[in-house]
Amino acid sequence: MPFDAWALYALMLKSRLFEEAAANLWHDGLISGEMHLGTGEEAIIAGVVSHLGEGDAMALDHRGSAALLMRGVDPVLILRELLGRSDGLCKGMGGHMHLFSRGHLAASSGIVGAGGPAAVGFALAGSRLRPGSVSVAFFGEGTANQGMLMESMNLASAWNLPVIFVCKDDGWSITVRSDKVTGGRLSERARGLGVPPTEADGLDAAAVWKAADAAIGRARAGGGPAFLHFRCVHLEAHFLGFPLLRAVRKPLKEMPGIAGPLVKSLFRPGGAAPGARLSGLKTVLAAILATLRDPRRDSENDPLNRARAALRDDPARLRELEERIRKEMESTLASALAEVPA
Amino acid sequence: MRRLSFTQAVDDALGQAMAADPRIIVFGEDVPLLRRDLLVRFGPERILGTPISESAFLGAGVTAAMAGLRPIVELYMIDFIGVAVDALLNQAAKIETFSGGDWTVPLLVRAPCGGWYGDGGQHEQSLWGWLAHIPGLTVIVPSTPADAGGLMIAALQNDGPTVFCEPKLLSESWLDLLGSGGRTTVHYDIPEEGARGPVPRKWEPIPIGRAVLRRSGGDLSLVSAGVGVHRALEAADALREEGISADVLDLRTISPLDAAGVRETASKTGRLLVVDEDYEGFGLSGEIAAVLAEAGLSVKYGRVCTRVTIPYARALEDRVLPNVARICAGARKLF
Repeated sequence: MPFDAWALYALMLKSRLFEEAAANLWHDGLISGEMHLGTGEEAIIAGVVSHLGEGDAMALDHRGSAALLMRGVDPVLILRELLGRSDGLCKGMGGHMHLFSRGHLAASSGIVGAGGPAAVGFALAGSRLRPGSVSVAFFGEGTANQGMLMESMNLASAWNLPVIFVCKDDGWSITVRSDKVTGGRLSERARGLGVPPTEADGLDAAAVWKAADAAIGRARAGGGPAFLHFRCVHLEAHFLGFPLLRAVRKPLKEMPGIAGPLVKSLFRPGGAAPGARLSGLKTVLAAILATLRDPRRDSENDPLNRARAALRDDPARLRELEERIRKEMESTLASALAEVPA
Repeated sequence: MRRLSFTQAVDDALGQAMAADPRIIVFGEDVPLLRRDLLVRFGPERILGTPISESAFLGAGVTAAMAGLRPIVELYMIDFIGVAVDALLNQAAKIETFSGGDWTVPLLVRAPCGGWYGDGGQHEQSLWGWLAHIPGLTVIVPSTPADAGGLMIAALQNDGPTVFCEPKLLSESWLDLLGSGGRTTVHYDIPEEGARGPVPRKWEPIPIGRAVLRRSGGDLSLVSAGVGVHRALEAADALREEGISADVLDLRTISPLDAAGVRETASKTGRLLVVDEDYEGFGLSGEIAAVLAEAGLSVKYGRVCTRVTIPYARALEDRVLPNVARICAGARKLF
């Protein structure tokens, strides 16, 4: 499959507009519980998924909409599923963390790490039933600390299965900085389990595409599993309504409720010596400060801007493409929100 | 008397216990943020964040408890215990027996549980019956702030492994984190008395294994735990309009089960309906039926529980969980 910067950007933009629509529906209260978006990881998903075809499988995490959409699942069905409608992709039974498309061999799980074993099983079936196919697991770097993921890498290596382990590394394990809870380097970890690693810039769709091309090509030819490590920035952090982002974005609304009890507790009799208390306070402040130095504000960290910049030599074509995708997504949204047929 | 919300009460009681007992430490995913008020009071040596490695940190909690600490291990949701259940099933629950009674595991697992807010079937389970099935585990499910704090104190005095379930619908902080996310556009059917209520200034332990009668009636016994207690109370109000007066028994602990309390209310009313947000088959509701049968009580029995995987769609979810209409319908069948 030749590299096509236009096609990659189209996938990414489609996914971005889709997820922005989902975010609006969430803010409007039409989606009830959590909502984990993949905004910011589009270059990774597009760069990998654009290599997949009939017979390939995907094990997705709790933010799987983008991968399904890019793989060709009808976005109207996904959006309806997010809305919990009976005419959604999974009849409203699964929701955004549990999206399934049997026809695309794509299965999601909201359990961190579950994608590892799932991808191995898909690859096992693929190696026997669909030779030349591959199986992809998408997960975050926080997941790399989950035992079952490491076990899966070892199993894929021991059985020489065509599994592509794709790590979308945004540096945060929910609200904990991943480097504070992770020993060693993930690439070395994968290598130690017999899975050759590749690191590339996850904000650069072309770099991702190239890394995935090599790994997937090798796996299809019987060369075994690969670990692809890409860095990115989640534009909406772990999920919509992420408390640290809320505190930073709307300090007047959010901070009093946080600061009041915090200060009261800091001086409450009984407990640690002042030094340990201050050290605790520093931990809380560090998390807020890390969020304040928000990498999301830097447009360089938005993979769409990068992908778009690569296409600016042909502004007319770019405008035409963006206009077309915008219209497509408007019609997707309208269809998704249309009345449930009787 | 002061009034606290559900999770404030748990954390307040926990703070009291931590000030008195330096062996108590708390760890789990996101704990530095979730328990930030305790972090600034007790410092980072006692309030620790973990990697997303449930099997490692829950397993480590078991032996940390055996070696002298009183660890409180927090799970993000009780559903995630699936990843790490060996630590409870094959380790914590068995060590006292294996060691000939010589070695106990004073481990407390704190786990948010339950639904009613649209998070889907992998994040809204109750699972207390599944855990209570394992000999050696104590399983607690409080339904009010006062009970939550008192039972937390008791759990920390308990010598064996204990699972402390916190219904997310009653917890303002969990519901804010996983449900509303700061929005004002979503609404949940939150039982007021469960979410906020009077609590003592100084916490005293509430005995584990003792149910409490929340409402006294003569015709029917509604037996439940957690959010189900509040749904049962609401159903009892509705049934009163129809001339049916109901006992509402709040079990508060699943294991050990207050079998005497169950027998007492059943003997009084002659009709018993279990209201259980956990799964119906092979669980708490069946256990209560066994208590009645073993006592040779002739009681009309029914149950309103969760029978299937919880659907994501809010409207479907409300239908599948033990809602007030289902409880009322189940009650009427006993007459």
